[in-house]
Amino acid sequence: MTRFNGEALSRETAADGEEEEWKEEEWKKEEKKEDSRDAREAIIELDDVAFGYTATPVVENVSLRIDPGEYVAIVGPNGSGKSTLLKLVLGLLRPDRGTARLFSQPAHQFDDGSRIGYVAQHASASKSMPITVREVVKMGRFPHVGFGRLGASDREIVEEAIGTVGMSSFADRRITALSGGQRQRAFIARALAGEADLLVLDEPTVGVDADSVAAFYDLLEALHGQGITIILIEHDLSAVTAHAERAVCLNREIYFDGPTDEFTPENALARTMGATAEPERETT
Amino acid sequence: MIDALVVPMQQGVFELLLSPLFWILEAWYWLLVQVYHVTGLEMLSPDYRFMYRAILVGLCIGIVAPLIGTFLVHRQLALIGDALAHTAFAGVAVGLFLNAILDLGVSPYLTAVVVAVIAALVIELISEVTDAYNDVSMAIVLSTGFALGSTLISINAGGLSVGIDQYLFGNLSTVSPTNAVILLALFVAIVGTVAVTRNQLLYVTFDETAAAVSGLSVNWYNRILVMLTALVVVGAMQIMGVILVAAMLVVPVAAASQLSRSFTESIYVSIVLAEAAVLLGIGVAYYGRATGGPVIVLVAVGIYVIAVLAGKVRTALTGQTAPSTGRIEVNRAPSTGDKHE
Repeated sequence: MTRFNGEALSRETAADGEEEEWKEEEWKKEEKKEDSRDAREAIIELDDVAFGYTATPVVENVSLRIDPGEYVAIVGPNGSGKSTLLKLVLGLLRPDRGTARLFSQPAHQFDDGSRIGYVAQHASASKSMPITVREVVKMGRFPHVGFGRLGASDREIVEEAIGTVGMSSFADRRITALSGGQRQRAFIARALAGEADLLVLDEPTVGVDADSVAAFYDLLEALHGQGITIILIEHDLSAVTAHAERAVCLNREIYFDGPTDEFTPENALARTMGATAEPERETT
Repeated sequence: MIDALVVPMQQGVFELLLSPLFWILEAWYWLLVQVYHVTGLEMLSPDYRFMYRAILVGLCIGIVAPLIGTFLVHRQLALIGDALAHTAFAGVAVGLFLNAILDLGVSPYLTAVVVAVIAALVIELISEVTDAYNDVSMAIVLSTGFALGSTLISINAGGLSVGIDQYLFGNLSTVSPTNAVILLALFVAIVGTVAVTRNQLLYVTFDETAAAVSGLSVNWYNRILVMLTALVVVGAMQIMGVILVAAMLVVPVAAASQLSRSFTESIYVSIVLAEAAVLLGIGVAYYGRATGGPVIVLVAVGIYVIAVLAGKVRTALTGQTAPSTGRIEVNRAPSTGDKHE
């Protein structure tokens, strides 16, 4: 979502009164849109965040707001701080400077894990772990049941989530016996079973074949259409421009934040991917 | 039966707390006497009550070791049992040392529990603080534990003549009633904790980052898991010995992984296989006049080999390969109902 630059607009002088009036109306409309957006609960708000594992920052000067229902791709080269930014967003790391808020709470204190579905490239378990798709999807219900057992309604939700991602016939298969694309669908089903408002995917299509990647993005688009907020870490730029609504280009700092259709023409890509130009914070 | 309640009370508060478990032990004696009368098996003769206790301890270990081992193996922490067994050895040495110097009369297995739990937490602490891989922290704790145990024993009165072999290799005949009851208490604590935290332990085992994102305190569940491992190790040490105790955590689980289709099934299968190894091992050791721990491990490894072959045969027969991609039913909306429970 392109940030509205009211100051720049006000500096422009209109040639005639009609145009000035039109601009004034546009300005008011944009301001109204900003106000209504501010009134909603932002999913994510980063304000001047900086973080480094050592003295050298991995990310810095990062300000970002993601609203409900957005489909945002965070792109950048290897080592650009994408995964670190994701950890800051999810509260797994605390910023050295600035603030990170998740669902209006400080991210590191956020405790309603059921609102977030997380899909990584791989699970951390050994490949020999005999665990079925259904057992993985059930994990999505764990934040809801705590130390209790899953009830009939939980099991119903699990089956529905498995069906949503087209994995019903694979529910009793070991997840390690599935292809990469099928595994990722199972992880998305886990997020759906948790009834997550926010789906966070960390390079989910690495090692997945082309056909499965296409089906995977179809699924994401369908879920986005149902109102789920999606944050996608990706370095396949063609996938980003083809599917996401908004791109955030990161290489330690944010070089571009706007609609994906404005992404390439802005030349942000070259700067994000390693050119030496001075960072340009917001592009409209 | 009355003796079972009265005698422990005379022995102090500790025994008083454990008196219900002494009653269970008495009930176990009674049960095996009945089995003896039915089967006539010599090893179950009422004259050999030490065998009754060895079988009870073995059966408990056959449940808790694979129960905890399932989480460890799939987190690729199979060797943590070995590390903690060596620190439990240090705990035994601390107990023997204190008894020799201060005449405390404390069971070496109790000091082993304390030292092993502390060592388990140290392993986790080293991993958390230094970002060292777990195998590094395990190697450090393993070496330190064995060095400490060896040092204490070497400076103890009588040096190595304190009968340390039973701790190194285990011994079916040295399971005292008090030690059997301590094991029962550990059994209750371990099974109860896993029953309550199963969901959390499974989530952390399968996907640590996703578990953290879902709001679980991964560090705390890691600590719980290593502490439970320490308790299993000390319990199993009585019949398995320090050197072989890790086998019961790993081998039945590895065998079950070859045969099971799901995580839940793998827990049950690993317990069945471990119990088979324990009972067969104790039987073979008794009639073959061999040491129990090593025979149990050899039987368990034999079962593992059979499981691997059975797994290969099943794969060949069913022809299971990577399945083809299924259709995505994107028209079906995910549930948006209220949060449940």
